[in-house]
Amino acid sequence: MTGSAGSWLFLVAASLAVACALGTVLSRNTLRSAMFLLGHLGSLAMLYLTLHAELLAAIQLLVYAGAILVLFVFVIMLIGPSGGEPPPFRNAFPRTFAATFVATLGLAVLGLVGRTAMEVPSAPEGFGGVEAVGFALFRDAAVPFELIAVTLTVAALGVVGITRGKTAVEAAGEAKRPEAE
Amino acid sequence: MEFGIGAYAVLATTIFGIGALGFVVRRNFLVQLMSVELMLNAVNLLFIAFNRIYVEQHGGQSFAFVVIAVAAAEAALGLAIAIAYHRIHRSVETDLADRLRH
Repeated sequence: MTGSAGSWLFLVAASLAVACALGTVLSRNTLRSAMFLLGHLGSLAMLYLTLHAELLAAIQLLVYAGAILVLFVFVIMLIGPSGGEPPPFRNAFPRTFAATFVATLGLAVLGLVGRTAMEVPSAPEGFGGVEAVGFALFRDAAVPFELIAVTLTVAALGVVGITRGKTAVEAAGEAKRPEAE
Repeated sequence: MEFGIGAYAVLATTIFGIGALGFVVRRNFLVQLMSVELMLNAVNLLFIAFNRIYVEQHGGQSFAFVVIAVAAAEAALGLAIAIAYHRIHRSVETDLADRLRH
């Protein structure tokens, strides 16, 4: 996807990704942050398409937008609007950190700008498709791929362990309640 | 105007910076988790962009696949912690977190 069409797609998707990332971080409303994150993930999928990573673009939409973001929205709905967060940049540390970070980042970006025209070879037929990535995953990276399954299982068990049962505070509150009545 | 891999590197650096900044500056646990997702996505973009130079192999894309899976596990665990935290504090402000302090 070279030529002017690819460049335009890159420009649109890149500016959308940066704008949505800023919206995610700066928005005061958590649900709005999640919606900005959705836009960010979608524009990243677009960028993956400009890089000939069709399978990864599909996985990005399925896993991130379809699963992770829905989980975020569920939790936001479950615990409701929080509010009362003190405005950011109130203390000296975040302010200093932000200034230093932005300056360092600006230097890094400036150093990279001169090299944006790095040579890109033309992609062979099927690069980034299901077959090619599937071969890479199941032949060269079969063990890490199976370890993903273990990771997800352990994560699921951990989630169950964290959320089940009562917290110490709740248990103490229930123990106290009969005495009060 | 043609954009090479360097343009993707600039973009990924910017997104990672925004995510890191959000993680440090914000006090809402959920927004901090989303900032972590931003950082993971920036790294993914870099993996896939550099894989575009080496078209004979798919190592970068395989690695991005693994990163996506780890991000899913991280989001599930992080949100479980957010719910447990909310049950204790009735809030997700990380300023209130002091239960592991002795």
